[in-house]
Amino acid sequence: MSLKLDNNSKVAVVGGGPAGSFFSYFLLSLAERVGIELTVDIFEPKNFQAPGPSGCNMCAGIISESLIQMLAAEGVNLPPVVAQRGINSYIVHTPYGQTEIRAPEDEKRIATVYRGAGPRDLSENAERRSFDAHLLELAMEKGARQIEERVEKVARHDGRLEVTSKTGRSEMYDLMTMAAGLHGTSAKILADMDLKYKEPVSTKSHIREFNLGKEVVDQHLGSNIHVFLLNIPRLEFAALVPKGDYVTLCLIGEKIDGDMIDAFLSSPQVKECLPADIDPKGSCRCFPQIYVRAAEAPFADRLVFIGDSSASRLYKDGIGAAYRTAKAAATTAIFQGVSADNFEKHYYPTCRRIEKDNRIGRIVFGVNTELQKSKSAMGGVLRMVNREQSRDGGAQRMSSVMWDTFTGSAPYKDIFRRMLHPAFISRFAADIGSEAASSTRRKDDKET
Amino acid sequence: MEEGSLGKTYSQGEVIVEQGAEEDCMYVIQSGQVEVVQDGEVTLAILGRGDFFGEMALFQRESRAATVQALGNVRVLTIEKRTLLRRIQEDPSLAFSIIQKLSQRVRDLNQSLAQPKSEA
Repeated sequence: MSLKLDNNSKVAVVGGGPAGSFFSYFLLSLAERVGIELTVDIFEPKNFQAPGPSGCNMCAGIISESLIQMLAAEGVNLPPVVAQRGINSYIVHTPYGQTEIRAPEDEKRIATVYRGAGPRDLSENAERRSFDAHLLELAMEKGARQIEERVEKVARHDGRLEVTSKTGRSEMYDLMTMAAGLHGTSAKILADMDLKYKEPVSTKSHIREFNLGKEVVDQHLGSNIHVFLLNIPRLEFAALVPKGDYVTLCLIGEKIDGDMIDAFLSSPQVKECLPADIDPKGSCRCFPQIYVRAAEAPFADRLVFIGDSSASRLYKDGIGAAYRTAKAAATTAIFQGVSADNFEKHYYPTCRRIEKDNRIGRIVFGVNTELQKSKSAMGGVLRMVNREQSRDGGAQRMSSVMWDTFTGSAPYKDIFRRMLHPAFISRFAADIGSEAASSTRRKDDKET
Repeated sequence: MEEGSLGKTYSQGEVIVEQGAEEDCMYVIQSGQVEVVQDGEVTLAILGRGDFFGEMALFQRESRAATVQALGNVRVLTIEKRTLLRRIQEDPSLAFSIIQKLSQRVRDLNQSLAQPKSEA
């Protein structure tokens, strides 16, 4: 059975975050190309321009190099008022020293953004725009309407979907796209639908904002994202991200709790990056859920799940995954149809590809965690990166592995393949060897 | 707002792409203007925000056909061939906007060829 979108078909999008806005934008762009007129209603009760938690979709707010490049190729360029900072390097801090990995040509290839307007104590005259509000506006310029209401339930009548909002407003749609993230919203509003869909597995992350003022941010962090490999148990990824007047702390790991956050904030490497008089509580903090494993059956007739509610990338580039799933769902809906069969054949492979890559990502992060436990291994990493960064040209084997692991700019499969390259392994082994030898020498010198 | 700018900045007259060079990327202008010059004398085009250049490198393995230099301060973002082609393989509709711009260039070129004829 094939169900199609025709002239005057109506589409409901639940959630106006990046996935919902990308979907609406691309659906309307493609519809325009093939000459059909659609009505697209985005149900989003939040005002993303409101400072603090009420307007925020809570995440570290890093837009990867690959997403920036793909959006530019699509004709979507991020204005400087939305990008809080262009990033051209990552500084990696370890207990044994630090190293800097720069983007090719020192180009600012990564953007840091606020999903909402910014933290709750944002100054009123800050000329900043929310990333989510910017994307929603792009979708609306294409013709989508924002309906500032929360969807309460969805029911099927004669194959089409009736969407009822909290105010009692009720309308029939030919397609409904769920882009409601990981908040349990999807399961709640679709409870009566008898779907095979199972929500993704998620875990808790931690985001904290420090209001330092632009000058202090410039002085202490610059246009660099600071990554910490400190061998703190259960901590998979930790970074300080500069944004305008603020620094965003982002922690990802298993069972993040106060002890882990304290251990991180009190480590000498973190203290060195922040001013001494900083209030460790920060001005805004949250524990948002972060995607770990894909949803099951993220589609049905006239219904598709995108973004975090279907498949996302492990720990990194969630917005890049939102773009990919949104685009795949939009192209399927326009060129193939909106039946479960259509989505299974033409949309679902994109989700499976992301999930398959995440399995390799788990190995990459596992190797990263293991390396942090060994002083010689970390010393070897620093040695190899320092050598690569100090010369012009030549293979950037460790630098590119680290850059892509931290930035989420390449598929994990690519990163893993580079880690298995014989030249990478032999160079790294030699650097670990030299590191171990020099540390023995240092120890001997001390003893004599 | 400078800290939020993406890409790399070039100042007046600085060469971004050199005719004859072999590279694997295209560029998208984030702000400012560039001049496309062939053989050091013929200005082929002036491009501005949102325009791209160097796209021939994506589809042909030939050296750069013209030099592109900054007109005043300009900020450009690099798009790597490998990243783009891999994504186009996964999502062919990603090429629509590039094809649209190329098609516009063919249209402009036809028009400029037709003009001298009609003037004659």
